[in-house]
Amino acid sequence: MNRHAYRRLKDKVASGLALACVVAGLVPLAYILAEVVRIGAPAIDWEFLTSRTKGTGEPGEGIGNAILGSLLLVGYASLIGLPVGLLTGVYVSEYGNNRFGTTVRFFNDVLANFPSIVIGLLAYALVVDLLNVGFSLIAGSFALAIIMIPIVANTTEEALRLVPNSLREGALALGVPRWKTVLKVMLANARAGVVTGSLLSIARIAGETAPLLLTAFYSNYWSASPTEPIASLPLTIFRNYNSPSDVLLQQAWGAALVLILMVLTLNMGVRLFMMKRKRKTKAVKKTWKTRLSLRA
Amino acid sequence: MAARRPNSLFSMGRKDKLFELSVMSVAGLTLALVWLLVAKMILDAQQSISEFGIGFVTGGAWDPNRDVYGALPFIFGTLVTSTIALLIGVPVSIGIAVYLSELAPPWIREPLSFVVELLAAVPSVIYGLWAMYALRPVMVDSIEPVFVALFGWTPLFDGQPVGLDKFVAGVILAIMIIPTVASVSKEAMRAVPDSQREAALSLGATRSETTRMAVLSYARSGIFGASILGLGRAVGETMAVTMTVGNANLISWSLLDPGQTMASLIANNWGEAQGLQLSALIEIGVVLFIVALIVNVLARLVIGRFMKAVPTTGGGI
Repeated sequence: MNRHAYRRLKDKVASGLALACVVAGLVPLAYILAEVVRIGAPAIDWEFLTSRTKGTGEPGEGIGNAILGSLLLVGYASLIGLPVGLLTGVYVSEYGNNRFGTTVRFFNDVLANFPSIVIGLLAYALVVDLLNVGFSLIAGSFALAIIMIPIVANTTEEALRLVPNSLREGALALGVPRWKTVLKVMLANARAGVVTGSLLSIARIAGETAPLLLTAFYSNYWSASPTEPIASLPLTIFRNYNSPSDVLLQQAWGAALVLILMVLTLNMGVRLFMMKRKRKTKAVKKTWKTRLSLRA
Repeated sequence: MAARRPNSLFSMGRKDKLFELSVMSVAGLTLALVWLLVAKMILDAQQSISEFGIGFVTGGAWDPNRDVYGALPFIFGTLVTSTIALLIGVPVSIGIAVYLSELAPPWIREPLSFVVELLAAVPSVIYGLWAMYALRPVMVDSIEPVFVALFGWTPLFDGQPVGLDKFVAGVILAIMIIPTVASVSKEAMRAVPDSQREAALSLGATRSETTRMAVLSYARSGIFGASILGLGRAVGETMAVTMTVGNANLISWSLLDPGQTMASLIANNWGEAQGLQLSALIEIGVVLFIVALIVNVLARLVIGRFMKAVPTTGGGI
């Protein structure tokens, strides 16, 4: 074999290997989705979704309290996490051109990649220990909010950066005060990005398990009290995954299906929306360019 | 008119100042609160720190009956599982990144990146459930026996495949770090100037030679940073590991033996732990915190501007 053919063969093999890596990455995703649907779907019916977990393994158990618990945890966490994250993002993007702004940005980035179990420990240190509440809804929400803040802050900052500077300059030149410029011009124009980031952060915290294990713990009852332990979908899976009872195991797979549906629809919806939007802006830019060239 | 103008300008400035101050205080307070909590966590670990001192990280026993606690088996378990995760996950991720950045036809790039990032959206506890019932049988029946046959003579693969061991935990971790490592590496490769590729191509290099000489060598610091980020994820990952690693507090070189990581120890013992044991668990958390801090600051320094590409939807790490 001559040298040229050898090099071409090597090129083909390398390309094949890269493609094989892509397949190796995608197989687990497809396999997970298929298994969760295959085993989880038979569990789902109205009774399963509306009755509470009992943990006894007798038929008739559901995951209603876990769904409610997850919604409450995510809801309370968003009440804290969304506004704080948004304002942090506004600060970093609009006023953060100094040492303090750089520090905030740096630690937000670090915090965004922190192991969530450590965040659970931090939340435990505050709510369970310092405020003396014990395992509770409020402790769990607080942990989830800490996870949420850097995500929302980073995406808000990014969205604000994408707003053309001319808009800011135009508003300021017209005598609009800076705070009004930020709220009415900058944020209004960045809202698609801000909403996207918020929804993605909600999808992310909905699946968090370890911090809830350390802070919210679990309850087999219908509970909405902020100071009581509360059930959640991820912890329902964790409690039952190893159970010898078929009913409880089935409950885990059913909960997994509901959870993955919630997380993936949110995720895919948002990303598809963004992809479409991006394509649209590209198309608009293109027509402008052609128009300009026509004029010239 | 002339009298009002400076007045209105003044009030405008005051509101601006007020807005800036309030936004800044929200940003600053969050930061302060997190560090306050870190201080509180270290305070909670104080009992264990003063009881065991530096011996905590070298102690091999975790015995609630004698109230003696050491972290060595869990540090060992974390190191072993993370190493397996990096050994498998990083090459696959680089392959994915090369395909997405260099080889794929343009129309497929965006949808494919999208699907790879969905891998990060799957909650960690679902990875664990899947690993337990789908990955475990595959590992026990077909993959582990091959390794035993090939490497059974080394201490690494000594024993019977059971499927709740450090090997399985490492494999599931590898799958979980792929989206992070692949997307950050891809960003690093996209940042390579086209002139580099063109130079290599014009000298007659094939596509794979161009990738190796122009792209991979240019982007290697970014890829290195991506791997460090992957390490950070693997070290801190809790649920999927807790569900697969076997949860045995022992130090064994065989990957087919069960083990325990720092994160899985906390998850397993949290409900029951009290007093000194609780303090020791929190000290493990402090160790984990320090490791995560070092890893993330390092990654941030190495990759710098690529950092923003980190998928922020990562499953429950």
